[in-house]
Amino acid sequence: MMRLISLVVGFGRFWYRFIIGDDWTVAASVAIGLLVTALLNAAQVPAWLVIPLVVIVMLRTSVQRSKPTKDHVSVRRTR
Amino acid sequence: MTGILPVLITAFLASAVEAIEMVTIVVGVGATRGWRSTLLGGAAGFVVLAVLVAFFRLALSAIPIAPLRLVIGALLLVFGLQWLRKGVVRVAARGFAGMQIDANQDADEWTGTGVDWTAFVVAFKGVLLEGLEVAFIVVSVGATAGQLGVAVTGGAAALLVVGAVGAVLSRYVARIPRSFLQLVVGILLSTFGSFWATEGLGVSWPGGDAAILGLLAVYLLTAVINIAVERRGAHRGRLTLNLSEVAR
Repeated sequence: MMRLISLVVGFGRFWYRFIIGDDWTVAASVAIGLLVTALLNAAQVPAWLVIPLVVIVMLRTSVQRSKPTKDHVSVRRTR
Repeated sequence: MTGILPVLITAFLASAVEAIEMVTIVVGVGATRGWRSTLLGGAAGFVVLAVLVAFFRLALSAIPIAPLRLVIGALLLVFGLQWLRKGVVRVAARGFAGMQIDANQDADEWTGTGVDWTAFVVAFKGVLLEGLEVAFIVVSVGATAGQLGVAVTGGAAALLVVGAVGAVLSRYVARIPRSFLQLVVGILLSTFGSFWATEGLGVSWPGGDAAILGLLAVYLLTAVINIAVERRGAHRGRLTLNLSEVAR
C-alpha cells in the first residue's frame, strides 16, 4: 500500500515539476491572465492582447528571479 | 486547423531537445557500464512509452476541440514559458554551448554475467522520463492543431536523427547547442499555447491564423531583448568586480 502511495506521489511530483517547474508564479500568472481574458471576452471587450502581455511581463520577472543574488557574489568574493 | 510546417517544426525541435538528453544518458550509461543492459533498459522504456502515447491519443480524441485547446494551450504556455526562461538565462550566460556533463559521475564498469540492473534502470528512466515529455508535446500539439500524424512524424524523425548521431558520434551529442534549441522551442510552444488557450476561450485573433506569426515575432523580440539585457548586466557585474579587485 505504501509503495502504491509513493508511486502515485512520485507520478504527481513528476508532472508538477514538468508542467509547473521551479517558478509557480508563471503558472499562476497564466491562470489569472486566462481568467481576465475570459471576463473581458464575456463583456464583449477585445481580449486577445492579455496573454501576450502576461508572457512579456512574466518572462522578464522570471528571468530576473532566476539570476544569482548579490549575496552569492559577495560570498564568492570573500573567499 | 494550423498549418503542417509549423506543427512539424515544433514537434521536431521539441523532441530533439529531449532526445539529446535521452541519448546522452543512454550513451553515457552504455559507455561506462556496458551496452547490453543499457539497451535492454532503453527498449523497455520505449515499450512503456508507446503504451502511454496510445492512451494519451485515445483520451485526447474523446474531448471536444474548444476545451481541449484551452487546457492544452494553457499547459503548453506554462511549459513553453519555462523553457523560454531557461533558454534566455542559459544562452545569455553560456552562448550556444552544449550540455554540461558531470565528470564525476559513477563510471564503474559492470563485469558480471547477468543483467546490470543499475544500467537497466538508469537507461529505462532516462528513456521513459525524457520520452514522456516528448510524448506530451507531440500528442498535445498534434491533437490540438488537428495534425497528429504530422506531429508524430516530426517527433519520431527527431528521435531517429539524434539517435543516429548518438550511435555514430556519441561524443558529439552533448555538444549540440541544447540551450539554443530550448530557447527556440520555448518561443514556439509559448506562441501556440497563447494562440490556442485564447482561442479556446472563444476570443478571435486579429488576422486569424496569421496572428501566430505576429506572436512568434513578438516573443522572439522579447527573448532577444532579455538576452541582451542579461548579457549587459553580466558584463557590468564582471567590470565592477574587476575594478574593485584593482582598487584593493
